[in-house]
Amino acid sequence: MNVELEPVIGLEIHVQLKTRTKMFCSCALSFGEEPNTRTCPICLGLPGTLPVTNAQAVHFGLMMAMAFDCEIAPKSIFHRKNYFYPDLAKGYQISQYDIPLCSNGRLGDVRIHRIHLEEDAAKLVHEGASGRIHDSDSSVVDYNRGGTPLAEMVTEPDLRSAEQARDWLNLLRVTLRQLGVSDVNMEEGSLRCDANVSVRPRGSSELGTKTELKNMNSFRFVMQGINAEIARQTALVQAGEPVVQETLHFDPVTGRLSSLRSKEEAHDYRYFPEPDLVPVAPTEAMLERARTAIPELPAAREERYGRDFSLGGDTARLLAYEPQFGDYFEATTQEATAGVSPAVLANWVTELRTRIGASSDPAESKVTPDALAVLAALVTERRINASAGRQVLDTLVAEGGDVAAIVEREGLAAMDSDEELAGIVKAALEANADAAAKVRDGNAKAMGPIVGYVMRETKGRADGGEVGRLVREQLGI
Amino acid sequence: MTATELVGLTAAEAIGRIRAGELEPAELWSAYQQRAQADDLNAYTWVADADAPAADPAAPLAGVPVAVKDLFCTEGIPSQAGSRILENYCPPYTATAIQNIYDAGAPLLAKTNQDEFAMGSSNENSAYGPVLNPWDRARVPGGSSGGSAAAVAAGLAPWATGTDTGGSIRQPAALCGIVGFKPTYGAISRYGMIAFASSLDQAGTFTRDVTDAALLLEAMVGKDPYDSTCLGLPEPVQPPTATDLRGVRLGVPEELSGEGIEPGVLAAFERTLDIARDLGATVESTHLPHAAHGLSAYYLIAPAECSSNLARFDGVRYGMRVDDGGGLLDMYTGTRAAGFGDEVKRRIMLGTYALSSGYYDAYYGRAQKVRTKISEDFESAFSAFDFLVTPTSPGVAFELGAKSDDPLAMYFNDFCTVPMSLAGIPALSIPNGTAQAPGGSSTELPTGFQIAGPAFSENKLLNAAYALETALAFDSSPAREAS
Amino acid sequence: MLSSDQVLHVARLARLELTDEEVTRMGLELSNVLDHIEKIGELGELEGVVPTSHVVELENVLREDSPHQSLSPGVVLASAPDPAPGGFRVPSPGTS
Repeated sequence: MNVELEPVIGLEIHVQLKTRTKMFCSCALSFGEEPNTRTCPICLGLPGTLPVTNAQAVHFGLMMAMAFDCEIAPKSIFHRKNYFYPDLAKGYQISQYDIPLCSNGRLGDVRIHRIHLEEDAAKLVHEGASGRIHDSDSSVVDYNRGGTPLAEMVTEPDLRSAEQARDWLNLLRVTLRQLGVSDVNMEEGSLRCDANVSVRPRGSSELGTKTELKNMNSFRFVMQGINAEIARQTALVQAGEPVVQETLHFDPVTGRLSSLRSKEEAHDYRYFPEPDLVPVAPTEAMLERARTAIPELPAAREERYGRDFSLGGDTARLLAYEPQFGDYFEATTQEATAGVSPAVLANWVTELRTRIGASSDPAESKVTPDALAVLAALVTERRINASAGRQVLDTLVAEGGDVAAIVEREGLAAMDSDEELAGIVKAALEANADAAAKVRDGNAKAMGPIVGYVMRETKGRADGGEVGRLVREQLGI
Repeated sequence: MTATELVGLTAAEAIGRIRAGELEPAELWSAYQQRAQADDLNAYTWVADADAPAADPAAPLAGVPVAVKDLFCTEGIPSQAGSRILENYCPPYTATAIQNIYDAGAPLLAKTNQDEFAMGSSNENSAYGPVLNPWDRARVPGGSSGGSAAAVAAGLAPWATGTDTGGSIRQPAALCGIVGFKPTYGAISRYGMIAFASSLDQAGTFTRDVTDAALLLEAMVGKDPYDSTCLGLPEPVQPPTATDLRGVRLGVPEELSGEGIEPGVLAAFERTLDIARDLGATVESTHLPHAAHGLSAYYLIAPAECSSNLARFDGVRYGMRVDDGGGLLDMYTGTRAAGFGDEVKRRIMLGTYALSSGYYDAYYGRAQKVRTKISEDFESAFSAFDFLVTPTSPGVAFELGAKSDDPLAMYFNDFCTVPMSLAGIPALSIPNGTAQAPGGSSTELPTGFQIAGPAFSENKLLNAAYALETALAFDSSPAREAS
Repeated sequence: MLSSDQVLHVARLARLELTDEEVTRMGLELSNVLDHIEKIGELGELEGVVPTSHVVELENVLREDSPHQSLSPGVVLASAPDPAPGGFRVPSPGTS
């Protein structure tokens, strides 16, 4: 049997929300503090304590609902998900079950089934030689993370490859970052992704048996894990063997997937409505507050850059996904003189990005949008050449300052007089007669020594293109 | 005044004398402290050993001390909820309701014994031993707030707090001949009250009379930012003043006042209805068609919630742990097996089963629908009546051990009180006489009369109870004099 | 009537260790209580009735997102059965 198979992938994403305090108590969120120093009677599950919902977590949830065009439940409720584990202080997790905050949304090509709010578990640190769960005799619980607000997003199985999953996850990440609802850092665990993977004959509309992949804590691992699982399932199906529904753990060291030993009892979480909380029924004021808090999102910005500035796909996406560079780019377009195209400005912004790093904010660099616009204009008008322009940018990044003054100080102005340049070219041809002959015979590569001579003589101020034109003119070709 | 005279005062009387400069709060404290320390009813699990704390006569409660059910967390003071699993546990915070009482000027005298995690109707389910009824020490005080009821009845405390999930204030108040008030669900914060069944648990008061109930209640009620389900009351609780029941329409639900009620209790109930008529009330029989199923719904909802609420007692962060080195699962099951008593285990099992996969709809889901129907029954009844009245408990205090092997018989004690808990409405029990226990006993034991009103009708309810109380003139002194 | 297997399954979900005697007794007691409780099955007209999970008719009780003082580490671990420098020590989940 050798049917062409198609992977079907859905994602389950946990997003730690960037509130100041936990989901159900007022402990500040933890960022690597000493263990259990961000805890209180509520998040420790002490007898008699009760949860109270964080308004900002609900607000962030509503922002996400709107950003992803979800239907918002008129009245959503919290449930208790009951199970025993030391990282769960109350013996249950407060989550949403049959009525999530919102459902039926979309981001890009992928439909979002639901988004609900819940609380994160604490951290269990395993004591013992290997640090692996199965080898240690005891573990220690640190409740600092316990109760951190989470938004859990579940997509429909709309993804068809690991690469597509990675790209979509990246779009999700930059969108959430732009919304300001999360730090969305996979390595730090503020964005966590599980994947449901199945394969089916291409063209089929039925879903195959799926497996759930856990512990893929980087974009690379998401790709590797999904690809490994697609390969595994494909081999099984091609061999006529069944895929077993199970949960798989991705080991980033070996790149392998291993089955998580299924617990003896089937999961029976005994969900029931959380009697300590009342429903969340978003009012018009809450909705309006969320609506006005939503900035332009990366997908919309990418489209606008293509439409309004005729930027190419890659550049538009880069500036849209890294909104600090997008904002900076837009500032340069405000400063630029007519005749300097947005595409040129965008290229200079990406030059700047290369120099200061993608994670820096150009608005905080020493290069003002005005300076970058002036620089772009000088190059466009050929008043300095491109390499001089890059040299000016280096100086700006290091020291800031006035573009014209730098050009003046470093003697980078292009030659004003064509006659002077023509004279130098003439001298260059004479000094490199062999090369000139080769160029005349059609060997363009032989131009090097001639141009080098001119640049030495002009201290690099000559425009490379203009030099080439004069060489060809004087050689009569 | 002699110590005996002092403890004969109601709290309101004591406050009056303190304000008039006729009584030092410290005198009152010492009198009660001595009696509390000599407690031979096992009503207390902890008694303050300090000298009288500073008191402010101008404060609402003027330094009159209070006994607090052990289910309430009190910072630095053992709060064991009647359970072995919390033996010697001292919480790092105080329950809102208790802090409110402190803020109103009443110091903590003692913590009272109770059925483990408030599960029980006889106080025989305490890991710290049963509480004895001061009217007859061979008998139970009722439960789960048995220690609070016995302490107030016996004059070991001027008043006490309790909690009521299905009758745990009203039933022991009835069995001990004092006033027990469970206000509207949400009137008093649940923060710091160790949870049994969250959607039913409500704090309340044990007092000698209705006036004291109003005073203590007013100190406890109020919204709380730490309890999402707490509303407080729409208006302050006022001391009751009514002298008659003219124009008051009393409904007697047939489902809760006939079958299964002891004859002596029924006779006392009928006599009280006559007194109510004499005071000007109209009394008519009515129906709560679903009330008979209240007990069934209750014994699904409460255990289900308790099975989840008690999951936190896992030997990890506080309380006892049994660990024989067999790993995490063994630690969990061993700790919980050793830490919980039989009744608690029974309810955890029942509740776990009722919520488990495949049974939710038939049990928990259905019980919640019955709860809706019961609330509707009350709503409809309150369109025709101001209050509904029933005997509080189907019987008088029974002998220790009489029902401990029969969970169903024990559960039946809550028959008359559970429907009000399910509907979340306020209900109060006042002593309305005495009766002999069935089986030829000649001991006269107190009976209780339950008055239930619509949600947030606390002031009206207190006034009606006050008018009846005055006319009934129940003598509670035998219980104090026996102690 | 609950079978021993059912009792044991529920006990495991609830993390309760039961002796053989308790399994038998619990099976009987729970069955008796359930038989009584199942009377609510006789109520026929519950189709379409909205379940009451709460009598309080509140919505949107939300807390402002401003931090409070957390507990000091000494207080946090004061009642711990097995305190460790990094927190609350528990037997390894792996061996369960």
